[in-house]
Amino acid sequence: MAEAQNIPVGSTTAGSIAVAAESTVATRMSAPPSFDVGDFPVPHGREEEWRFTPLERLRGLHDGTAVATGDGVKVVVEAPEGVLVETVGRDDARLGRAGTPADRVAAQAYSSFDKASVVTVPKDTVLTEPIRIAVHGEGGVAYGHQVVELGAFAEAVVVIDHTGDALLAANVDYLLGDGAKLTVVSVQDWDDKAVHVAQHNALIGRDATFKSFVVTFGGDLVRLHPRVAYAGTGGEAELFGLYFTDKGQHQEHRLLVDHNTPHCKSNAVYKGALQGDDAHAVWIGDVLIQAAAEGTDTYEMNRNLVLTDGARVDSVPNLEIETGEIAGAGHASATGRFDDEQLFYLMSRGIPASEARRLVVRGFFAELVQQIGLPDVEERLLAKIETELEASV
Amino acid sequence: MATLEIRDLHVSVDTENGTKEILKGVDLTVKQGETHAIMGPNGSGKSTLAYSLAGHPKYTITSGTVTLDGEDVLEMSVDERARAGVFLAMQYPVEVPGVSVSNFLRTSATAIRGEAPKLRTWVKEVKSAMEQLQMDPAFAERNVNEGFSGGEKKRHEILQLELLKPKIAILDETDSGLDVDALRQVSEGINRVRENGEVGTLLVTHYTRILRYIKPDYVHVFSAGRIVESGGAELADKLESEGYASYTKGGASE
Repeated sequence: MAEAQNIPVGSTTAGSIAVAAESTVATRMSAPPSFDVGDFPVPHGREEEWRFTPLERLRGLHDGTAVATGDGVKVVVEAPEGVLVETVGRDDARLGRAGTPADRVAAQAYSSFDKASVVTVPKDTVLTEPIRIAVHGEGGVAYGHQVVELGAFAEAVVVIDHTGDALLAANVDYLLGDGAKLTVVSVQDWDDKAVHVAQHNALIGRDATFKSFVVTFGGDLVRLHPRVAYAGTGGEAELFGLYFTDKGQHQEHRLLVDHNTPHCKSNAVYKGALQGDDAHAVWIGDVLIQAAAEGTDTYEMNRNLVLTDGARVDSVPNLEIETGEIAGAGHASATGRFDDEQLFYLMSRGIPASEARRLVVRGFFAELVQQIGLPDVEERLLAKIETELEASV
Repeated sequence: MATLEIRDLHVSVDTENGTKEILKGVDLTVKQGETHAIMGPNGSGKSTLAYSLAGHPKYTITSGTVTLDGEDVLEMSVDERARAGVFLAMQYPVEVPGVSVSNFLRTSATAIRGEAPKLRTWVKEVKSAMEQLQMDPAFAERNVNEGFSGGEKKRHEILQLELLKPKIAILDETDSGLDVDALRQVSEGINRVRENGEVGTLLVTHYTRILRYIKPDYVHVFSAGRIVESGGAELADKLESEGYASYTKGGASE
């Protein structure tokens, strides 16, 4: 099931399927999940969960030296009627229910934020317009916490748009009631210097559907940790990701799908294009099927397209299965390159070089972009891809 | 009338052991409506000629000229050559991930014709060309050359030849790896293009087999980077019975 092909020099594509009595996904971490930053040692870079991340570029998020400033980020929530938008204090009972910080920076964020934003879509409310959350970096240091909660059978689309410049660590909780349907589009369209580290926790209710698009273009360093767990049977998670990693950028996506409940589904597809010297993309796909999770159906895939020399991809799918009674489980990872022969082939059919590159990249991302279902977001992404490509030639 | 003129063409490649000259003075004129077969043993340089004309970056032109209707082909980039009317059907076309055949064909036709073909007529045009080449319509939704069999790759190359209607078609070993049925269908495709009289064809082949389906006006024997003998279709018959032995003694480039 694992496949690896056309791996450019300087890239790794490793995969494993482990059948284990004890979770190696859990034991690979330096410490068990905790809300207290003190429970995590300061990372040095050799730890499994930090080994791909250039720690010095976290500018102190990982060692307690990055202190929140007043001008961190400005958060503006625009919600249609029927949605409750609140700013709450640290002691609000709804915070942290979807998941627990799994690493030092997430715990730092949880220990350091001042006010949290809670967006609630009440039971049975079906929205026809998206909720838009604009997170604009104002140049400072910020720790954040965002909760999006859908009551039973509620349906909503949430677009979280990150722009500007900031040093930001945050946790985002998605709580889905029974039968709820939530689509989240998180766009990381940061300025060049921004650093963004976040854990996304989705807790999916019985028969609920969670669909997520994580779209990362900007920033100096973006490290996201989307995690999914199920609160009841029949839950479904679709995790889609799209990244365009440029010269000097570090973009890291670390997924964990914890199949802790029977008869749930998950499907993860992340695709990335890279160009320029020291462009570095990391994709970790951990899927854990616990002993109790009979009838699980899961698949995860990562594809990378390397457009120039000097870029590096680390892609590591891990599938860990503790029960044989499952409907299906698989993973795939492949990193290919757009090379001179492909360019020659397209050009020999009259297609200019810049258009050839655009054709390949647009085609590569098309199947994901088309599934977003929000024309304004889709158009913006395609325009962004064009801009990124023009910057390369 | 479109004319491709190759004069004293010298081409070299960089190898681990330094620069190696592959073409050592090729002279050839191909006119619209004519079909020239270039035949020769492996390593004689005939594929190098094909790729050099299309502008593959691996090959360095060290001297000589190539013109198409008086325009300097060697000065043109790869895509400019294609738009000027030079088409190369490749022996080993590469996979292009993420790009569907239909998207590729339309982008290419748009580039070559200078404007996007009208959608309705274009769909018909592609459909009928694919039917004639016995290609499954589902083929159009696959990624370019990804997982194609040898026969599918060649059909796809000839499909492009039919749709792009070049002035000069260079067919590099289009017959290799095809079974008899596929060879016949592909040859029929090439003949349909030839029959409209608007293309000059340069058929590069190792075997005489394809010449049973495509009758050349001229046959040139290639050896050690040059044309060593030229004649009519009868020269192919001689090669069929005698092989290349008399041309390769002491002259092979390998």
